[in-house]
Amino acid sequence: MPTKPAGTLYRGREGMWSWVGHRITGVVIFFFLLVHVLDTSLVRVSPEAYTAVIGAYKNPLMAIGETGLVAAIVFHAFNGLRVIAIDFWKKGAKYQRQMLWTVLILWVVVFGAFAVRHLSLALGGH
Amino acid sequence: MTTIESPRSGKIGSGKIAPKYNRSGHSRGNFEMIAWLFMRLSGVVLVVLIFGHLFVNLMVGQGIHAIDFGFVAGKWADPFWQFWDLAMLWLAMLHGTNGVRTIINDYAERDATRFWLKGVLYAAAFVIIILGTLVIFTFNPCPVVNGVQLPGGFCPAP
Repeated sequence: MPTKPAGTLYRGREGMWSWVGHRITGVVIFFFLLVHVLDTSLVRVSPEAYTAVIGAYKNPLMAIGETGLVAAIVFHAFNGLRVIAIDFWKKGAKYQRQMLWTVLILWVVVFGAFAVRHLSLALGGH
Repeated sequence: MTTIESPRSGKIGSGKIAPKYNRSGHSRGNFEMIAWLFMRLSGVVLVVLIFGHLFVNLMVGQGIHAIDFGFVAGKWADPFWQFWDLAMLWLAMLHGTNGVRTIINDYAERDATRFWLKGVLYAAAFVIIILGTLVIFTFNPCPVVNGVQLPGGFCPAP
């Protein structure tokens, strides 16, 4: 029976999981970006084509998808700034755990504000 | 007396690896270091550009209800938003493409797999960057449809 590796600073801890989260959110954002440039390019086809496709975005399922996308963007943004601080700030590596908790608190505040505003606009009446 | 070996890296701080420790036989110069630095510099700028983009498009006024052809036309009638969106397009695509390149290098073990995955990635990135750039700069915000000027305060009378 294999035993769990003990005493690592990284594996299975904040450092590793923030890296996993950064990768997954990065890939999600990249694929959305490809689609988003294509849908916006429809303005070059005709006003009707663009407005029709954007109209299809305006339903509750897409509103939840957009909210999930912004959750990914806000995490990737704040955790990216944390990665920069770890790389360039002298005490960055020492405080990487505290900075991750700061990232998560900022994420709750900023994403929470976005979600309340966007979902009440998208799901509520005009 | 113990002799301490010279470090494997070149001059400390040069970022270069001594030639005899290069696996592939040829050096790629500083490309990986430039790519690493680009991720950090573009990342900081993208936080500002994308947060601004989301705030202006989804948070103010009627939010998503306001987005239609006229909304995009109104923004791109202004060079400020044209260059904002152009910078966002180029930086986000290069940042994302380099991120996915790193992931392909990490997980695709066969040479041929890495070659083809990166080929598809670079082709897609090239098409999207060129398409987006052309759309931003060849777009006419004031099309005349069936002889009628679309409404919008930013358009001159036909």
